[in-house]
Amino acid sequence: MLRSIAARIAQALGLILAVMCLNFLLIHITPGDPATVIVGESGAGDPELLEEIRAQYGLDRPVIVQLASYVGRVATGDLGDSYFFNQSVTSLILQRLWPTVLLVGTALAFAVAAGTMVGVATARRPESPLSHGATVLALVGFSMPVFWTGIMLVILFASAWKLLPVQGWHDVNYGEGLLANVLDVGEHLVLPALTLGLIYLAQYSRLSRASMLEVLESDYVRTARAKGLNERRVVYKHALRNAVIPVVTVVGLQFGALLSGALLVETVFNWPGLGRLAFDSILRRDTSVLLGVLMVSSVMVIVANLLTDLLYTIIDPRIRLRERSNV
Amino acid sequence: MSDAMGRGEVAAADLPVAPGLGAGGDGGSGRPGRETLRLFVRNKAAVAGVVMLIGIVFMTVAGPRIYDNDPKDIVAIPLTGPGELAEARLGTDYLGRDVLAGVIGGGTTSMTVAAMAAAMVLVIGISIGALAGYYGGWLDSALMRFTEFFQVLPALLFAMVLVALFEPSMWTISFAIGVVAWPGIARITRAEFLRLRNLEFVRAARAVGATDWRIIRKVVFPNALPPLIVSATLIMGTAILFEAGLAFLGLGDPNTTSWGLMIGLNRGNFLTAWWSVTFPGLAIFFTVLSFSLIGDGLQDAYNPKLRGR
Repeated sequence: MLRSIAARIAQALGLILAVMCLNFLLIHITPGDPATVIVGESGAGDPELLEEIRAQYGLDRPVIVQLASYVGRVATGDLGDSYFFNQSVTSLILQRLWPTVLLVGTALAFAVAAGTMVGVATARRPESPLSHGATVLALVGFSMPVFWTGIMLVILFASAWKLLPVQGWHDVNYGEGLLANVLDVGEHLVLPALTLGLIYLAQYSRLSRASMLEVLESDYVRTARAKGLNERRVVYKHALRNAVIPVVTVVGLQFGALLSGALLVETVFNWPGLGRLAFDSILRRDTSVLLGVLMVSSVMVIVANLLTDLLYTIIDPRIRLRERSNV
Repeated sequence: MSDAMGRGEVAAADLPVAPGLGAGGDGGSGRPGRETLRLFVRNKAAVAGVVMLIGIVFMTVAGPRIYDNDPKDIVAIPLTGPGELAEARLGTDYLGRDVLAGVIGGGTTSMTVAAMAAAMVLVIGISIGALAGYYGGWLDSALMRFTEFFQVLPALLFAMVLVALFEPSMWTISFAIGVVAWPGIARITRAEFLRLRNLEFVRAARAVGATDWRIIRKVVFPNALPPLIVSATLIMGTAILFEAGLAFLGLGDPNTTSWGLMIGLNRGNFLTAWWSVTFPGLAIFFTVLSFSLIGDGLQDAYNPKLRGR
């Protein structure tokens, strides 16, 4: 068990190394001088700076040496500097990481919880209006561009129902103390998280409905019913545990897509996270920041996948890490 | 095989996007057989999708000939609402360009980019999936590791980086979407090839001395087609959403009009001019919806047992 966890972690580290190599490759295959690519447009006007970058990155040395020194620097947390903000990319990203994690985490929790509930409810009554409604919602949710859904919600809440804030993550003056702080962020979080969560809610409800329908036909559920257990207990205690496995699978697989969606949602709601940072660095041609965001986001996906794998062993004792890694 | 692969398989059986189940009503001969076609035509939602798509394609192709406002021309006062002016029925944007002309003209970019990207996704995905599934062994492990690597990159962000590093043009945008969106297709193709490669008729072809290339192309591939046709339809929708997302972020081809670009350009004014973002968004929505409906319909027609799941 421990050994397989170690193997799984080693695999994740391998993927992280591969992402570093990709970043390095991107700097080098882009047309133009790698030094200009690294500093972006904001720093390219300064010949001294370019010289410094060339020396720092050893751009006159063999490519393999450059790669090794690049990987070494990234591994120690040095992602270069932003010449627009005049500070290190790592510190910039650390400032923006928490809002993104908060947004993605909230949206995911909402989508999984509500999606599974809708899925189970519709599986129990497959021909009910709610069931058909959920199918339609899944299609509609998949087909709407997430940034457009966000904009529509902003229009609605900024002009018609002025219930919730639609921009940023803090009011200018939000009062003293931790509680006021949390409440204020929470209030700002509702609409972005709802926008991002809706698509996945639709998908997860459809998925858990399908797997629930299947599980409800299985022998052990029939046995449980035959023993005379009440239906609620059969559904929520016996069937749900198996029905939720495909949802966990897809959450892991889709984490990258979820993060991508968060980038778009952040730019709509001015949410000060990684997506907003990536968008701003595109406008400013601040390449080192953009590559840093790609690096950190990929690591987030890799970590999320690792956690999903570990979660499996908790939900489903039949799936042991050892077996899974030897399949 | 890695654990992530195992998960891919589970998802393939459960996701609408990835029907890893083989041939359906037509006995597995790739082309939609008569039975498949009959099931498809009886499915109202799928037919609605086809009608919708025909309407959108007609609007995109014939629209500019019938409605001769150029989407890039300034035709009236900026930010006039829909219905207020005869020359711009759906209103004007922040520069005074006709929103209706943009909705009509924007489809060309979205559809062309999506089609080119989808073609690239299919070529990369099918090649890698077929090689991995047919040959197995170390090649399979290596290719699947490669696929896994592409799956951990957040697709839109990676596409953003690619387009930002190179110049945004229709080619680079299609290329970027193609590069990030293929892993799903590779997995489905691989699963199908794995399933098929040791079946009797494939072994028979091998026994009579057919080359691997011929077996892959003429024997296995046609039988792997049904799930791939479904996925190709859904990939069109995904590619349109990608193009819209990139254009919204300002990474569209600046020389063309596209739906996503219209929304992105008007992002500063949408509170005063809801029409400038609502109508292009509806166009994206209905286009993607039509592909989703068709994809779902095809899926049900190929796999009648999965109906309604």
